[in-house]
Amino acid sequence: MSIEVKNLIKSFGKNRVIDDLSFKVEQGEILAIVGFSGSGKSTVLKLISGLIQKDCGEIITTGDIAMVFQYSALIDSLNVYENISFALHERKDLRKKYTEKQIKEIVREKLGLVGLAGVEKKYPSELSGGMQKRVSFARAIVTEPDIILYDEPTAGLDPMSSTLIEDYIVRLKNETHAASIVVTHQMSTITRTADKVLMLYGGKCVFYGTPDELCRQDTPYTKQFVSASLDGPMKMLKG
Amino acid sequence: MDTYVFKGTVTYTVFRYLFNQFVSLTTTIGDMVRYGYRVFKHIIKGNVDKKVLIEQCARFGVSSLPITLSIVGMSSVIVSMQVAGEMVKQGAGNFVGLLVAMLIIREDGIIMSGFAIISMIGSSLASELATMRVTEQIDAIKVLKVDPIEYLFVPRVLSGVLMMPLVLVVASVVGIIGGGVAAHLASGLSYKAYFDSVYRGLYLKDMNVAMLKAVTFGFTIALVSCTCGYKASGGAKGVGQATTKAVVWSFVAIVLLDLVFSIMFFF
Repeated sequence: MSIEVKNLIKSFGKNRVIDDLSFKVEQGEILAIVGFSGSGKSTVLKLISGLIQKDCGEIITTGDIAMVFQYSALIDSLNVYENISFALHERKDLRKKYTEKQIKEIVREKLGLVGLAGVEKKYPSELSGGMQKRVSFARAIVTEPDIILYDEPTAGLDPMSSTLIEDYIVRLKNETHAASIVVTHQMSTITRTADKVLMLYGGKCVFYGTPDELCRQDTPYTKQFVSASLDGPMKMLKG
Repeated sequence: MDTYVFKGTVTYTVFRYLFNQFVSLTTTIGDMVRYGYRVFKHIIKGNVDKKVLIEQCARFGVSSLPITLSIVGMSSVIVSMQVAGEMVKQGAGNFVGLLVAMLIIREDGIIMSGFAIISMIGSSLASELATMRVTEQIDAIKVLKVDPIEYLFVPRVLSGVLMMPLVLVVASVVGIIGGGVAAHLASGLSYKAYFDSVYRGLYLKDMNVAMLKAVTFGFTIALVSCTCGYKASGGAKGVGQATTKAVVWSFVAIVLLDLVFSIMFFF
């Protein structure tokens, strides 16, 4: 139940997006990957989840992986119940493991966990952005994963919904002891959820430490990131 | 400098466009073969979600029926109206039904149904899968460890194989009846004379070939449309491009297949 990344390299054409990146996330730990837009944060998650293939390096994961997508990525032709139970109905190794009654109970429990009891029949288009995000949480944890990847879980949400989501991330860590990676650039998400912080710039790790160390702004990178300044070693990437 | 000047020429632009189209075509053909093989394997193993299959069959068969019947019906009415008067005048009234039936069974019914299905179902399959791709729904399916080919392609392609022959039969019957009504109204040809000659024009071989064509066209339209949608990228523009690509290449594919069938069975 851990994630270990060693000397990871990934390029798209001539553009090297991840450049010799190494880190480890232990069981029950949350690592926040931070950085400006285009720094390669989401690419790291896609590499770990197997959505894209690495060029070089090693990714060692032990356990089942789940992912919460930036824009929820709920299947819009399915209702909330069908979305959450999707893996239990369609995944080969789980297809015959549960009866429909058991699946209903699991879905009810997971929806209760994210505070959305009673919305089973609604379709994603009938839910607000925050509710969609919470449904995608429920869908991600329905298989009791050992590793949870969050791609900008609070992006585009109002402050209260963000706080709610951050609380769920911490609560899930405490209940499931999953190793988690949260990709974000929101300071509240970093300080409220993360045990460790890794800052990416140009595909390289330019800071690794605790949220407190990040907030102390001891390095030019942390100083620029926390103060959201345009002056500093990190230049905004074009495009 | 010379390179810069050359890159600005119309010749370079045209060749570059053709080259890109060729690369895109060969890549899609490669993807289609790969996905088609996986779809086939899943069908053989019986990995078919029956609920989704029924939904897709309803979409492929029932939803497309009004437009297919209109197109096939109207085209046979038009042909019948134009030839019936002249043939009756020349003393060949007894061959009007034969001509219409042969035209519909051999060519018109299947090609017109194919075009109708591409416009209505192929475009919708491509845009649906392309939207799922650009909104990360397909990524979510993969992360949940569900095979997207099994979940998305298999019921759609299988519904094409199952429903296209059915659509063809209904469309052909409507086309032949429509042709008879048109011939009667245009030239006063009796219904008995028309349907007697239809009977003489129906060959078992033609009907078998038509069914084989229908199965092949249904498979091809669904597979091309799903592949183009599945490989989409780049937001709303990507969805539009994938849909256009699916429609154009489905048209090209069924016309080419029709040629192959003609050479195989009627040459």
